[in-house]
Amino acid sequence: MAARVSSLLGSRYLGWIGLAIAVLAPFVNATPYAMSVFTSAALFVMLAVGLNIVVGYCGLLDLGYAAFFAIGAYTSGVLATRYGWPLLATVPVVLIAAVLAGVVIGGPTLRLRSDYLAIVTLGFGEIIRITANNLEVTGGPSGIYGIPSLAIGGLDLGGRVPFYYAVVVVVALATLGASRLGRSRLGRAWRFVREDEDAAEAMGIHTYKVKLAAYIAGAIWGGLAGILFGAQLSAISPQSFTFLWSALILMAVVLGGMGSTPGVVVGAVIISVLPELLRSVADYRYFVFGILLIVVMVFRPQGLWPHRSREPAPQTGPGADAPEDTAELLRKVGR
Amino acid sequence: MTQLIWNGLFVGAFYALVALGYSMVYGIIKLLNFAHGDIYMLGAFSGFAMLGLLGGLTTSASMLALFIVLVLAMLVTGLFGLGLERVAYRPLRSSPRLAVLITAVGASFAIEYGMRLVAGPNPKVYEVRLEGTPLHVLGARITVQQIALIVVAVVLMLGLQYLVMRTGTGRAMRAISQDPKASLFMGINVNAVISRTFFIGSALAGAAGVMAGAYYGKVDFLMGFIIGLKAFTAAVIGGIGNIKGAMLGGLVLGLLESFGTNWLGGQWRDVFAFGFLILFLVVRPTGILGERVTERV
Repeated sequence: MAARVSSLLGSRYLGWIGLAIAVLAPFVNATPYAMSVFTSAALFVMLAVGLNIVVGYCGLLDLGYAAFFAIGAYTSGVLATRYGWPLLATVPVVLIAAVLAGVVIGGPTLRLRSDYLAIVTLGFGEIIRITANNLEVTGGPSGIYGIPSLAIGGLDLGGRVPFYYAVVVVVALATLGASRLGRSRLGRAWRFVREDEDAAEAMGIHTYKVKLAAYIAGAIWGGLAGILFGAQLSAISPQSFTFLWSALILMAVVLGGMGSTPGVVVGAVIISVLPELLRSVADYRYFVFGILLIVVMVFRPQGLWPHRSREPAPQTGPGADAPEDTAELLRKVGR
Repeated sequence: MTQLIWNGLFVGAFYALVALGYSMVYGIIKLLNFAHGDIYMLGAFSGFAMLGLLGGLTTSASMLALFIVLVLAMLVTGLFGLGLERVAYRPLRSSPRLAVLITAVGASFAIEYGMRLVAGPNPKVYEVRLEGTPLHVLGARITVQQIALIVVAVVLMLGLQYLVMRTGTGRAMRAISQDPKASLFMGINVNAVISRTFFIGSALAGAAGVMAGAYYGKVDFLMGFIIGLKAFTAAVIGGIGNIKGAMLGGLVLGLLESFGTNWLGGQWRDVFAFGFLILFLVVRPTGILGERVTERV
């Protein structure tokens, strides 16, 4: 039984099953409230998958991920409301802005010890939020209103259900993309850097470039999710991009399992839908989330649904699990 | 001009007190304790609670009452920091760095929203407010209370300096920051010293919290977030892991902010400080007093 569940969890059709659930969800409940919860959950999945590239694959702690989300939302929002661009046309500009921000922040910081990145990104998140709050072009504290809904060609996707499906398509592609990226040559380099940066460097991986690539990839995912966020709510304000968001996205990644795409997707759905189900205990939820982060890290650092490698491990012969034991031993010694 | 310098030094003294705990913990176990700013918040709230308990007494002898509260709040936050290390950080000491960082974020979150549960989401107003008639010194408005707070901060820093440079515990702390394993072999009780470090750092942050509460008069459950970031900036500017560096960094950051605010306007204060952090990491990541640290394999 356990083996069957295990093989089901590792199945190749998992992505299709997830997509099928997302596609069928509106047939179960299509009230405006439910649709907004579903759409937010899908967007949250995209953010978590993007952060997973940085935190899960590459092992870099980004505490200001909401900043990229904000950059995407504000860039497209400003272009759409002040200059009348259709949302689709803002995509290239958002991409450029996100990459630029990734280079400006990641460039200097990734040369240093990896924990500096955590605090610099934390500061960066605040910088972006305060800047949006102070600038005239971003509408100050009240933000931007009247962001147009998504339209492709003559096709208007403004309705709740069509917009949800558009989001699902984008999020599915983003998830697939991130997962493929994780298994590519670059993805293997990321995991190597995460496991042992010095060994990776010694094997000829340019760790700085590889880390920067992960950070920029995360920025792109966040920026694109920001466009959809603006289109969903049609209004954005600096309050939408506080540290709370960054922390919640991180929570989804950690809870689901760092580096594991299905885990992160499930984690994101849990984190975004759970508060809707537990409205009565809303006051406790962030406190519980904080405790949960500690508990997960102490007792189950691999998350609910850990990543499993697709490359077959050599498991025949008597000494098959020796390397793992050595790693365990080294960890105990505290190397 | 003198006013700007004085404001900078005054705010800088707070930053320095919080930065010290950050820097000490980082120097010893290479952990960025994100919850440190929230311990400052905890100090401010425990001070608030104790002043509430003292009630009527505070109006007559406010300065003395505040001093007693300060010491008690330091004890509370110190013990809290010690407990936090035991529960959240010690089990992960040999785990990958990412795991401990995430735990620290979780701890910060839990403290903030735990306090929100206890004290409610609205800001609380301190019963004692340190507002005095200002003296005019070289064109700057300085109150006696400000001077008193600065004196307390300086005394605490001097005490710390003495503790680290002259006592056995301090020697052990310095040894561990150089090489934890060798210190263990030399018979130092590493766990006990790390606990003590957390106690001292958290107590200093708690002191800063009470002082900030008494001076600004208002405390809320998210007040530790920004000051935690600022304290880290101060620690980086001075050279992280370096105690004198943290003090210097705090003052430098205070001055920079004071002048930056005057130049760009108050709403850009935090942007200015964090922008400066990023700039500093590009130009001189080891800080003003920091030595070059090579990571050993």
